[in-house]
Amino acid sequence: MKRIYADNAATTRMSRRAIDAMLPYLDTAYANPSSLHSAGQEAAEALRRAREEVAACLGAEPKEIVFTSGGSEADNQAILSAAALGERKGKRHIVSTAIEHHAVLHTLKKLEKQGFSVTLLPPRENGVIPPEEVERAIREDTCLVSVMYANNEIGTVEPIREIGAVCRARGVLFHSDAVQAVGHLPVNVKEDGIDLLALSAHKFHGPKGAGVLYARAGVPLVSLIEGGAQERGKRAGTENIPAIVGMAAALREACEKREEVNARLLPLRDRLIEGLSRIPRSALNGDRTARLPSNVNFCFEGIEGESLLLLLDQKGICASSGSACTSGSLDPSHVLLAIGRPHEVAHGSLRLSIGEDFTEEDADYVIAAVSETVAYLRGISPVWQECLAGKRPFILP
Amino acid sequence: MALYSDTVMDHFLHPRNVGSLSDADAVGEVGNARCGDIMKMYLKIEDGVIADVRFETFGCGSAIASSSMATEMIKGKSIEEALAVTNKEVVEALGGLPAHKLHCSVLAEEAIRSAIRDYFERNGIPYDKSRFPEAEEGSCCRMV
Ligand SMILES: Cc1ncc(COP(=O)(O)O)c(C=O)c1O
Ligand SMILES: [Zn+2]
Repeated sequence: MKRIYADNAATTRMSRRAIDAMLPYLDTAYANPSSLHSAGQEAAEALRRAREEVAACLGAEPKEIVFTSGGSEADNQAILSAAALGERKGKRHIVSTAIEHHAVLHTLKKLEKQGFSVTLLPPRENGVIPPEEVERAIREDTCLVSVMYANNEIGTVEPIREIGAVCRARGVLFHSDAVQAVGHLPVNVKEDGIDLLALSAHKFHGPKGAGVLYARAGVPLVSLIEGGAQERGKRAGTENIPAIVGMAAALREACEKREEVNARLLPLRDRLIEGLSRIPRSALNGDRTARLPSNVNFCFEGIEGESLLLLLDQKGICASSGSACTSGSLDPSHVLLAIGRPHEVAHGSLRLSIGEDFTEEDADYVIAAVSETVAYLRGISPVWQECLAGKRPFILP
Repeated sequence: MALYSDTVMDHFLHPRNVGSLSDADAVGEVGNARCGDIMKMYLKIEDGVIADVRFETFGCGSAIASSSMATEMIKGKSIEEALAVTNKEVVEALGGLPAHKLHCSVLAEEAIRSAIRDYFERNGIPYDKSRFPEAEEGSCCRMV
């Protein structure tokens, strides 16, 4: 059976170019970039080139790039650095959103325990965080605004440039978790007014365990890992040269191919959305147009997401869900709850995130498979049967 | 598929006794859509024996597999035997469940009890109420 991988928001397949770029650094060019000898200096040169390439893709300066172990670390370091700076100025308030990734939300929770106050803005029903709401939430003592570039579950792309302008005007640092955006959207830190940005290589066909914290020149960082002087003292530990080189190659390729790839994905995404909208009592999550070209996310009333995923997997389709039972927690996705989906409906969600190899035939196969599986699960669902019998109200139109 | 055992997958993919009974002698429903798991069990009871059983489940793979296994374990059994079936036995018969999935299977035992209590109530059969604890209102599927 053919496997259709529609879980690119979770992670992507590495590109051939990225693998080829990495191989020498796993094999013959293994020296430590901190070493003085010529072998070490070759590794240092690779590191320098990677930094330049990444910076160029973001519209940043090489010295503003800190290599990290991934998106989570970059988010943690960005927020904790802004908080430390705020602390010194007596500013202990942070504005963020209810739909951030846990790398952001859990870091904010930690700061709350240390006495910071955090305002989590609720999104509109489409997942958009209105810049006016950000503006309204900023106080005299606000030291940071953190709003993700694009949401990993529902794919909504936030009005980052407008929010960046608000922050600039109010003199507040602006962090954006751009893990789902970099390599897929035209991210430019200067034009977007971003002071701190997190990205992750494995979301754009690079290796796992590699990421970047962009910090605008002049924004002081605190180090999460103490030790050597790597990354200008902001992140100790011998650099993961193969992964960093692979990340830079993947990012350059993603930025070069972005428009072409998106032009391919957009009609496929919309075909999926139209096809799945034909399922009765279904609802698209996230905005119809301000949305990642790869993302499709639906709720289907009367069914539970994990059983849907398992059955789709049997049909060769790899997808994800925001149901409680897929997360190992008792609550469904905080993002779906934040956009106003009731628990009952949030349990029945499906996220498809398509990649370059996805075809029109795949889309039609997925639409048929999802429609069939939802109908089957509704057939054995007491919730759906009771709704049909009029004993329980339908929630979705 | 490493998440679930072959037996769990077999019961999930080919659920036994799935559906409803229009002439059921007893119906039990437990769980809460808010929590993501609801199990409904229909019983046909003849001479104190569970002659037929059907289930409907809204829930994850382990909830559906547990329901299916539970129906197999009580079919043809006396009411007392059915009441003696525990969640632990259902999980064992399934060849185990991942730790974070155990709570999804609790409903199987509760659904059996809920249906049998309905049978007692419908037929005016006296029973020991302490054997049928009410699930706490509003609390989600408890972790075990
Ligand atoms: C929006 C967002 N932020 C942060 C992360 C964490 O990235 P990483 O897996 O590289 O730590 C992810 C990916 O899971 C994500 O989607
Ligand atoms: Zn479950």
